[in-house]
Amino acid sequence: MPNENGSRPGFRGLRLVPRAETAFTAKQAKSDQEVRWCPGCGDYAILAAFQSFLPELGVPRENIVIISGIGCSSRFPYYLDTYGMHSIHGRAPAIATGLAASRPDLSVWVITGDGDGLSIGGNHLMHALRRNVNINVLLFNNRIYGLTKGQYSPTSERGKVTKSSPMGTVDAPFNPVSLALGAEAGFVARTIDSDRRHLTGVLRAAADHPGAAFVEIYQNCPIFNDDAFAPLKDPGQRDLRLLRLEHGEPLRAGPDRGVVLGEYGELVVADVAEVGEERVLRHDAHRPDPGYAFALSRLDQPAFEHVPIGVFRDVERPAYDELMNAQLAEAAAAEGRGDLAALLAGGDTWTVG
Amino acid sequence: MTKEVQRLDRVIIRFAGDSGDGMQLTGDRFTQETASFGNDLSTLPNFPAEIRAPAGTLPGVSSFQLHFADHDIMTPGDAPDVLVAMNPAALRANVGDLPPGATVIANTDEFTRRNLAKVGYASNPLEDGSLAAYKVSAVPLTSMTVRALAGFDVSKKDAERAKNMFALGLLSWMYNRPTEGTLGFLKAKFAGRPEIMAANRAAFQAGWNFGETTEDFAVSYEVRPAALPPGTYRNITGNLAVAYGLIAAAELTGLPLFLGSYPITPASDILHELSRHKRFGVRTFQAEDEIAGVGAALGAAFGGALGVTTTSGPGMVLKAETIGLAVMTELPLIVIDVQRGGPSTGLPTKTEQADLLMALYGRNGESPVPVLAPRSPADCFDIAIEAARIATTYRTPVIVLSDGYLANGSEPWRIPDVSALPDLAVRHAAEPNGPDGAFLPYLRDPETLARPWAVPGTAGLEHRIGGIEKSDGTGDISYSPANHDLMVRSRQAKVDGIARGIPPLEVDDPGGDAEVLVLGWGGTYGSIGAAVRRVRRAGGRVAQAHLRHLAPFPENLGEVLRRYDRVLVPEINLGQLALLLRGRFLVDVISYTKVRGLPFKAEELAAVLQEVIDRAE
Repeated sequence: MPNENGSRPGFRGLRLVPRAETAFTAKQAKSDQEVRWCPGCGDYAILAAFQSFLPELGVPRENIVIISGIGCSSRFPYYLDTYGMHSIHGRAPAIATGLAASRPDLSVWVITGDGDGLSIGGNHLMHALRRNVNINVLLFNNRIYGLTKGQYSPTSERGKVTKSSPMGTVDAPFNPVSLALGAEAGFVARTIDSDRRHLTGVLRAAADHPGAAFVEIYQNCPIFNDDAFAPLKDPGQRDLRLLRLEHGEPLRAGPDRGVVLGEYGELVVADVAEVGEERVLRHDAHRPDPGYAFALSRLDQPAFEHVPIGVFRDVERPAYDELMNAQLAEAAAAEGRGDLAALLAGGDTWTVG
Repeated sequence: MTKEVQRLDRVIIRFAGDSGDGMQLTGDRFTQETASFGNDLSTLPNFPAEIRAPAGTLPGVSSFQLHFADHDIMTPGDAPDVLVAMNPAALRANVGDLPPGATVIANTDEFTRRNLAKVGYASNPLEDGSLAAYKVSAVPLTSMTVRALAGFDVSKKDAERAKNMFALGLLSWMYNRPTEGTLGFLKAKFAGRPEIMAANRAAFQAGWNFGETTEDFAVSYEVRPAALPPGTYRNITGNLAVAYGLIAAAELTGLPLFLGSYPITPASDILHELSRHKRFGVRTFQAEDEIAGVGAALGAAFGGALGVTTTSGPGMVLKAETIGLAVMTELPLIVIDVQRGGPSTGLPTKTEQADLLMALYGRNGESPVPVLAPRSPADCFDIAIEAARIATTYRTPVIVLSDGYLANGSEPWRIPDVSALPDLAVRHAAEPNGPDGAFLPYLRDPETLARPWAVPGTAGLEHRIGGIEKSDGTGDISYSPANHDLMVRSRQAKVDGIARGIPPLEVDDPGGDAEVLVLGWGGTYGSIGAAVRRVRRAGGRVAQAHLRHLAPFPENLGEVLRRYDRVLVPEINLGQLALLLRGRFLVDVISYTKVRGLPFKAEELAAVLQEVIDRAE
């Protein structure tokens, strides 16, 4: 992360991106386009936090690219005066992969939603994470299809009554964090639209991570799924339900409860007075094996009883673009830069005349 | 013993055997020997989609046909003069293609009761007189190979496996092929296994020596080198030529090459080949699916690379949405479709040209895309460069329709002088183009109607693009009726305008008095050309033209069509080009079609052509 005085090393995830000579302002990060989300949409808060955060990256605006798919969240690129592409449904991770792999000098952000990223684009998302492409994926999870006006999504709770499920859905939902950890993403985090400070902190950590970073953002859709995350926002309950992940700190849910290891390696929330303070685990985001982080991600069952937010996993491994470019450099170093005439005239040849 | 040498002007040989017999390798080696000898040649590999069908069965038969000559030839030939049959299945599957008098060299060791029964032979055709129309040479290839390798440190199985090299040695003697190439090839191929290398080289030599000493083969043949135009040549398949063309295009445009691809027959070899050329800065990305392959290529193009994706029919279907996005975002993108038999999975290893209408119209909305088709394996090199020229000049996706026949077939290729290749240097947008330092991403070049290609990293040109309709000039989202009408027409006009930059369709009409024109496109060029020669040799008058640009058409196409009384359009589909020609030019062309997964035979097309000529007169 940047030092106090702003000098490099800077964000580790941006080490191949040129440094801005003069920082742009949050205002300059905004495009001239009118923002067109519904009043009260959680996307506004995320956009505001992102616009304020962008200058902190310390890279020129022209080296930032935002790629989105289709859905309400995917309008995001239009509102930022950077390079951007509002692409097609579910394909943003694939498009971003081609861009990030061939342009290590760019900071590439993928904006997606629960339908875009987990339904139609689920395949691309998990492969981008598996490959560790140097992109930051922000998945806005409102647990509903907004743009198509209210059908259930792959994160909607079972039994949800929607336009396309009048008797309630029979689908089991995805847990996006569990899914990302299953793909062994090096960086996986969760945050909430309404907590700007936490959101910004997670964005900062994601930018710092070299390789693929996955951030689930709980985002409220006031029109089709209002108050989906109300228990996590209600001042009376939230501190008991939210499990704030801080690396090295004890895993506490409210004043009385903490996370301990269960009999089969699962994690359980227990009364600290009962099990003893010493059994409460300290969060370790850097554990190489994703098993612990996965177990953490399961704590939200049953619905929202305990919801970990923050960075589940932050483990560095070589990024896809670096590996790909290293092979190009290795080949050129071993055999010399390719010579077209020699290539074409290779193999068995013969001469006439 | 000095044997008689007969001179021939051309020969067609077909090697046929089980999938595991190494027939593709054998054919390829014979081809390389023939190429280095200087004959003109054309090849047709034909193999099953199954990797290893049950041994000795008809579905497991793999073959490789080679036509070589002392003059310029255009096809792999209709009917083999020589069939090498490694087992009864290979004989059964191919004997129907042989003309009377053809030579059959059969591996008698495999003609056992059991193997004969497997393919429905009640008696041994080598002995029951059913092959009386042919010259049959019964040779125990397997046991002779095993005997020749008696002193070698290889298992019986490995010795038996070298029988294809024995057969290659025998055929190499029969046709006086140079052997250094194959001996060197074996040395390199088995460098890590010296005992296998020695055995294969010995089997090859033993086959040659057998030919020279046995009384079974009294005559060997000579086919003199062809008088091709001066130059240095190599043998090349269509897939290899595409790969080289793309590498060349990257050098000529000055752009890094990015291939996003998903393995699919018969296009995978382009991915394999390009993945070997990292020292040219070529990035190859084996994607999770066809969609991601083209998506990544488009993402790389947004970043300023020469983005390419390669596939075959079933993959093309999946790429349609992204190609539409490339139309809307007006980014350069090259899409190579190596057509195969369809629909659905169809015939993965067989050829067809039935993706034409899909390439032109297989997307939602008015979605114009330039479409090109190479006419021969070697032409795949030039067409790849042409695709890059059009894509980068006009900022558009370009579809190239190769096919299974061109992809795997080969012919001599005169290696081009690199300095004579066109300069396609691309300059990305560097400065604002609007009032007050504004950047207008959809402000079109008045000449080409192309929009600027501004790549991330360029200060002051930050902009957003996407699949929603764009406002003319600014590129902002626009739902305005008038703007949509303008943009739909502008995109079409841009693609139509490409015709101004392509050469007029050339017509080969030596006498200038033909009344019949035969017009083809893509991989049928060789068959049509060979048919035209036959007709002309017989005194017929016929003009020939062949389209490499299918969208837009060359500007003079309508005029050419109207110049002739009758126009015959042979296609390996049910008349897709014919439909376009009738719709576009109101010319009632005669469509001749066949969809057997194989190229047209010259003889067949010549007969059709003659019939059309006779009707005209």
